[in-house]
Amino acid sequence: MFDYTFQWRSALRALPDMLAGAWVTFETAALSMIFGVLIALALTVMREAQQPVLRGIGNAWVSIARNTPSLFQIYILYFGLGSLGLHVSSWFALLAGITFNNAGYLAENFRGGLKAVPTTQMRAARSLGMSAFQAYRMIIVPQLLRVVFYPLSNQMVWAVLMTSLGVIVGLNNDLTGVTQDYNVKTFRTFEYFAIAAVLYYLIAKLIVAVARLMAWRLFRY
Amino acid sequence: MIEIDNVHKSFGDLEVVKGVSLTVNKGEVVSIIGGSGSGKSTLLMCINGLEPIQKGSIRVDGIEVHNRATDLNRLRQKIGIVFQQWNAFPHLTVLENVMLAPRKVLGKSREEAEALAIQQLTHVGLGDKFKTFPGKLSGGQQQRMAIARALAMSPDYMLFDEATSALDPQLVGEVLDTMRMLAEDGMTMVLVTHEIRFARDVSDRVAFFRNGLVHEIGSPDQVIGNPQQPETAAFLKSVK
Repeated sequence: MFDYTFQWRSALRALPDMLAGAWVTFETAALSMIFGVLIALALTVMREAQQPVLRGIGNAWVSIARNTPSLFQIYILYFGLGSLGLHVSSWFALLAGITFNNAGYLAENFRGGLKAVPTTQMRAARSLGMSAFQAYRMIIVPQLLRVVFYPLSNQMVWAVLMTSLGVIVGLNNDLTGVTQDYNVKTFRTFEYFAIAAVLYYLIAKLIVAVARLMAWRLFRY
Repeated sequence: MIEIDNVHKSFGDLEVVKGVSLTVNKGEVVSIIGGSGSGKSTLLMCINGLEPIQKGSIRVDGIEVHNRATDLNRLRQKIGIVFQQWNAFPHLTVLENVMLAPRKVLGKSREEAEALAIQQLTHVGLGDKFKTFPGKLSGGQQQRMAIARALAMSPDYMLFDEATSALDPQLVGEVLDTMRMLAEDGMTMVLVTHEIRFARDVSDRVAFFRNGLVHEIGSPDQVIGNPQQPETAAFLKSVK
C-alpha cells in the first residue's frame, strides 16, 4: 500500500533556489499589481466616459478579464501572439496576463468604491477652485483607496498565486518553475511541491499582514 | 456684484428655476427663503457654475459664469460656498482640510497656508481641533470648519446653501453666530435659509422664492415683517 519514503533532507537542499524563485514570483506579482492598478484606474474613468468607444473598450476589458480563465489569458498572450509573429518571453506573457486579469477585477472594485465616495465630495472640491484632476487626485482617490484597500490586498494575493501559471508557458525561474525543475529531475513531487506550497502560503500571509499594517498607518480617520 | 438675469434651469424635463433675475451688490447680504423645490438651492449652485443653466446669464464681477471660455476654477476662488451637508474631506485633518485649497489652488507655501488655516479656524472657534479628523467633530463643528475652509481662499462672495438645515437644533446657534460674524465683517453673502428670524436680522434684502421665480423681494422688514403677497404671508406662517 504505502511504500513512499519521504526525502525531506534532499528536498530542503533546494530551498535557496526555491527562495530565489519565490522572489521572482513576488516581484512579478508586485509589478502586475502596479500596472494593474494604473490600468484599472484608467478603465474606471473610461467606463464613466461619455464617449461610447472608450466606454466599450473599458467594459470589454473588464468583462473578458473576469469571465475567462486566467490560464487562457496567459496562454493566448504567449502562443496566440506568437502565432501572429509577435514573440514575447514567458515571463512577459505571464506578467501581461496577470496584469490584464488584475486590471479587470480591480476596475470593477474601483467602480464600486467610487460609488461609495459621495458625489458631494467632488462638488466641495470643485467649489474650492480645484480642477477635476486635482479633485480626483487629492479628494476622491484617497477615499476610494480606503474602500478598495482590502479587495486590493486580496487581489495581490491572487496575483501571487496566479504567477504559478507561468510554468505552462515555460517560465522556469519563478517558484513553481524552480519547483517543477526539481520535480522532473528527482520525482520527489510531494516534498518539493509541499515546500513550494508553504512558501506560497507564507508570501500570501505576509502580504495580508503588511496590508493590515499599512491600513492601520494610512487610514487613521 | 452678482448679476442674475432671467435664469432658467432644468433637470431633464423638470424646470426648477423659471426665469430668475436678482442682483447682489458688493457688501450686501441677501437671503433667499421659500418652500422646498422652489429652486433656491439650485440657483445657488448655478452662481458658481456647479450646475449648468439652460437660459439667461449670471455674471460675477462682470464675468459670465456660464460662458465656455470662462475659467471656472479661477472664478470659484472668489466665490466660497457652504453646503447643507457640510462636505468635510474625511481623510484629512481639520487643519489639512482648510490648508489644502490655499496650497494647491492658490499655490501658497505650506507655512503660509498653515498660518492662514490656523487663523481661520481660530476665528470660527475651532482653535483646539487642528489635528482632529472631521469624523470626530459634531455637525456644527464640521460646518464651521467648512466655513473656515471656504474663507481660507479669501473669497469676495460667500454662498450658504441651507447651512444649518442638517444640524441638530442645539448646534444651529453656533453656525448662525459664525455667519452673523461674517456678515458684520462686511462679506457679500447669499443665504438660502429656513432660519427666518436670522434672515431678518442679518439681511439687507430678502427674496421669497416660489415655483422657480422670485415672488417677492425687498427689505427684511417688508418681506418678513409685512409681506405684500398672500403666498409670502402663507409661507411665513407655515414655517413659524
